[in-house]
Amino acid sequence: MSETTSPTPTPTPTSTAGGSGQESLPPRRRRVDSEWVRRNGVYVALAVLVVLNVAFTDNFVSEGTLRLQLVQVVPVVVVALGMALVIGTEGIDLSVGAVMALAAALIPLYVGYGAVAAVAMGLVAGLVSGVIAGVLVARVGVQPIVATLGLMVAGRGVANLMGGEIKSIREPGIVALGTGSVVGVPYVVLIAAAVALVTWFLVKRSTYGRQLVAIGGNVRAARLSGLPVRRVLVTTYVICGLLAALAGVLLAARSQASDPTKLGLLMELSAITAVVVGGTPLSGGQVRIVGTVAGALLMQLITATLIFHNIPDSTAQITQAVIVVGAVYVQLGRRKA
Amino acid sequence: MTSTPPATTAGTVDGAVSGSGSPTGARVARVVQRQGALVILVAVMLIASLAFDTFGSRGNLTGIAMQSSFLAVVSLGMTFVIMTGGIDLSVGSVFALGGVLAAWGSQYGALAALLLPLVICGLIGLVQGLLVARAGLPAFIVTLAGLLFARGLLLLISNEGSTTYKVPQGSGFLELARGELLGIKYPVWIVLVLFLIAGLVLHRTSYGSTVLAIGGQEDAADLMGLPVQRTKVVTYVLSAVLAGFGGAMIASYTASGVTILGVGMELDAIAAVVLGGTLLTGGAGTILGTLVGVLLLQVIKNVINQVGSLDSDWQAVVSGTILLVVVTVQRYLTRVERS
Amino acid sequence: MSANPPTGSPVLETVAVTKSFGGVHALSGVDFSLEPGEIHTLVGENGAGKSTLIKVLTGVYTPDAGEVRFAGEPVHFRRPSDAQDAGISTIYQEVNLVPLLSVARNIFLGREPRNRIGLIDVKRMNRDAHELLGRLGVPIDVTAELGRLGLGAQQMVALARAMSVDSRVVIMDEPTSSLERKEVDTLFGVARGLRDQGVGLVFVSHRLDELWELCDRVTILRDGERVHSGTMANLDRVSLVSHMLGRDVGEVERSGATKFGDSHAREREPVLVAEGINAQHRLHDVDLSVAPGEIVGLGGLRGSGRSETVKAIYGALHTRGGQVRVGGKRLKSNSVPDALRNGVALLSEDRKAEGIVPDLSVRDNIALAVLPRLSRGGVVSEARVDEVVATFMRRLRIKASGPHQRVGELSGGNQQKVLIARWLCTEPTVFLLDEPTRGIDVGAKAEVQALIDELAQQGLGVVLISSEIEELVEGADRIVVLHDGSVARELAGDQVTSASLLQALAGDDIEEAAS
Repeated sequence: MSETTSPTPTPTPTSTAGGSGQESLPPRRRRVDSEWVRRNGVYVALAVLVVLNVAFTDNFVSEGTLRLQLVQVVPVVVVALGMALVIGTEGIDLSVGAVMALAAALIPLYVGYGAVAAVAMGLVAGLVSGVIAGVLVARVGVQPIVATLGLMVAGRGVANLMGGEIKSIREPGIVALGTGSVVGVPYVVLIAAAVALVTWFLVKRSTYGRQLVAIGGNVRAARLSGLPVRRVLVTTYVICGLLAALAGVLLAARSQASDPTKLGLLMELSAITAVVVGGTPLSGGQVRIVGTVAGALLMQLITATLIFHNIPDSTAQITQAVIVVGAVYVQLGRRKA
Repeated sequence: MTSTPPATTAGTVDGAVSGSGSPTGARVARVVQRQGALVILVAVMLIASLAFDTFGSRGNLTGIAMQSSFLAVVSLGMTFVIMTGGIDLSVGSVFALGGVLAAWGSQYGALAALLLPLVICGLIGLVQGLLVARAGLPAFIVTLAGLLFARGLLLLISNEGSTTYKVPQGSGFLELARGELLGIKYPVWIVLVLFLIAGLVLHRTSYGSTVLAIGGQEDAADLMGLPVQRTKVVTYVLSAVLAGFGGAMIASYTASGVTILGVGMELDAIAAVVLGGTLLTGGAGTILGTLVGVLLLQVIKNVINQVGSLDSDWQAVVSGTILLVVVTVQRYLTRVERS
Repeated sequence: MSANPPTGSPVLETVAVTKSFGGVHALSGVDFSLEPGEIHTLVGENGAGKSTLIKVLTGVYTPDAGEVRFAGEPVHFRRPSDAQDAGISTIYQEVNLVPLLSVARNIFLGREPRNRIGLIDVKRMNRDAHELLGRLGVPIDVTAELGRLGLGAQQMVALARAMSVDSRVVIMDEPTSSLERKEVDTLFGVARGLRDQGVGLVFVSHRLDELWELCDRVTILRDGERVHSGTMANLDRVSLVSHMLGRDVGEVERSGATKFGDSHAREREPVLVAEGINAQHRLHDVDLSVAPGEIVGLGGLRGSGRSETVKAIYGALHTRGGQVRVGGKRLKSNSVPDALRNGVALLSEDRKAEGIVPDLSVRDNIALAVLPRLSRGGVVSEARVDEVVATFMRRLRIKASGPHQRVGELSGGNQQKVLIARWLCTEPTVFLLDEPTRGIDVGAKAEVQALIDELAQQGLGVVLISSEIEELVEGADRIVVLHDGSVARELAGDQVTSASLLQALAGDDIEEAAS
């Protein structure tokens, strides 16, 4: 898997810039290093954190820890992949956490009709939310932040209304989905990997993916080139909603419970951070799938590291806030200057 | 005059059409955009007072005014932030933090209880403002992290949320929310004074002009030599200080620092601002509109409570839906106005 | 032209100023000096360094090396407000004001008159604004929202803002590009008035005539260096252009003549027929028809509805009434995809905002409009994209390091070719070209013009919009002239001459165009 969209430029971008023309070039800053950091910083940070944990965390190098980390990162990865597509269109989706809660809340309600029906109902919730967000953004022209902020609050409210208190899930099919594995690899990890592959293929190879990055890069040009802008945008929010719902279902299946007030809380922040840390610019026009997965792994590892070392919730939250800002600063700080 | 919003009341939608060259549709759209919330507020209140005997009672109405005051203070800061084209998602957490800080500080006296939240929250606003204005980071990311940060800080000082600080009985700090003047509680007076000052600041000071200029056309404001960065920083500080002050007010009201307050308050504040006719894209809006927006949200909550059988989770659903409906209508009206 | 004699002590000067961006020198060692009481023009092609120099003078950029001196003293402007506080006002090409605020508030933004308790004195502000605009001879309602005024009026407000402070230097960067002739006269009157009061003015315009009309001295930049400085009166047109382009005079004259081919036969069934196109406030019953192989020029002054007409035909501008037929088939109104499907292509005027996707590669930009055609089952066929892209890169001689170079890194001319390639991929039968040669260098311009001609010879119907009279006269078989959103005249055959086009453009007011 190589990186997506705009093919990696030659290692020395300045050399190509000089010769091609002197007019209307954007002011070029020292791109080489900042660009390199933007693209590869996430892998370096991930490696450093792994090394630190190997050195300082007891029992870090064990099959159990590794599997646990992978299982725990699944929801963030799945949500972040959808978020990466939305951000590629120069949008944002703040409703993902609420959608997770909603999807999870529906499972105990429909589990009587069987595991498949319950999961399907969860996904439908994501679909509906995605359609609403997509229509508001693409048709009505509401800013993505606001449209999805409204959905975030309303969605969480609906989840609470429908789900009520914490409900445990005992349906064998769903329990198996959450806890089963093939040759030692949990189903949920396989599902996340499959989602990553499909998303990668969408961005890299499909007509939809090409159109998505063009719309994110210059929506007016895309419109004048006859691209189905609205359809692509709605599709993107629907995919993001579906993936968020899937993440909610997987999380509920794994924990064998649904807690609509807590599940997926602040997930939008984790997902956005994973995407941005992974090198996808918030200004749209690029989607980096491998980077996003690495970004999610990094954020998970940071949280895990704090837990390994018994850092209390308060400190963990403060640390995360600082890391989020720091990461975004590294990724975007060069824009002004 | 440019300095005051068109003094239209609910009944004069038609009257406002005359006296301008712009097409009727556009003119009506503008009026609805700016005064629509007032019309809805009056209508909802009329219907509610007919439907529920208890609604129109003095006790209920003063209750609404009192309950609105906390959101009003927070929304006032949000109004300025949104006018600059930004957004502040941290206000709910900062509000809760302000309350806990005030309750904690009240053991050292009324002044400490009042100043501590203002200073600490102001510092959070300062950092957010610097990150947005100087470093150029997106406001929603910075303030989303700020939301997390303020919650973390709150947990830190409340022993992971297990300690609820009480305001000592007889503390002068309790007067902040419980005192009365002319039969009206202080918070209501405070809101009125703050909104009056804010109106003057927006329309009659260079800071206000700059806020509107930044929201309207940031590059232009920059080239015109206006202090863009400083104004933005001040605006985020203002928003955080007001949120913290709102928290102090509620700490005084409940005589304790409740740690779980303020969740989702940012949305209510944004909804109030938008309902009040401030454009989410920045550059235009009214202070008074925000107050109307706050009242409207509070009246709706009150009505939901009057129905009684409805779960309080409905409030979240209604707030979220109202926000979406309002921005949809706003978009539509802007389109009518432009065409 | 009565300039005050130079006093010998410049009010604003740069000494050996250097500024580079990412290793590319935008300015290298530029000396520039502005005397009080003169109007000094800065001249140069796109990318010569004019804008960078102005931004250094106004505190938007700080120079890497060299010095800026104001009234003889070295100054270090760190931001625009520093320059303004020192007494340097600037008027930009695109109006840089706040559309949602009132006229008066825009004029005084940041330095509003205060009353005793420090609040803005609205009455006085409005009165002062009214007075200022009155002096400019433009009676504008000062309480109106700025965004509701026309562009010309907005530019006048910008001018009033610049005059509202006692500036010692006024910099005007392309202030006339959106003005009508009458407004230009007002502006020039004000500029001369300021000069006579001892203010130093820097004036930039792409309309060369205006330079001789208004300016006393000239500084010419090329590739970030100063190549000439002297009085305007001692410079003729050809030497000015030769300094700008860095070629000898003979060469300029040769390449200066645009050469489209000879006219084409048009006795054929039209490929494009637009009838009764209406768009609210902007177009009124516009008719246009184009035969295969015909180049129809679309002329008109700014605001006459040229761009609107082609956008309406293309479905990108909301129309009310009227119909467009291509090859006999009626297009759905307001649908870009339908226009595209039926063989209409539009090269938009605004290359940056509506054309290129800067972060995508040359390849992806070229293939953008035809992706569905090059895909099967929603999956893009890379081989077919490569083939199409290679064909057009060769055919249009697009200079890039390869198909994977970012389009944002190319020169304007090559970006334009990429866009033309994007449209040619769609195999259009009608090509609408809105200012295809604007903002590209001379060499690329000639290539594009030759290409347009070639396309027409191959049977394409072309609509060509240009604000350059020569380009229209030499390039078009027939010229339709718009005025205020309606067709005012049509020139065909022998009538297609510069003189008659000028007359047609001017409408009733012939003097206006002749100047």
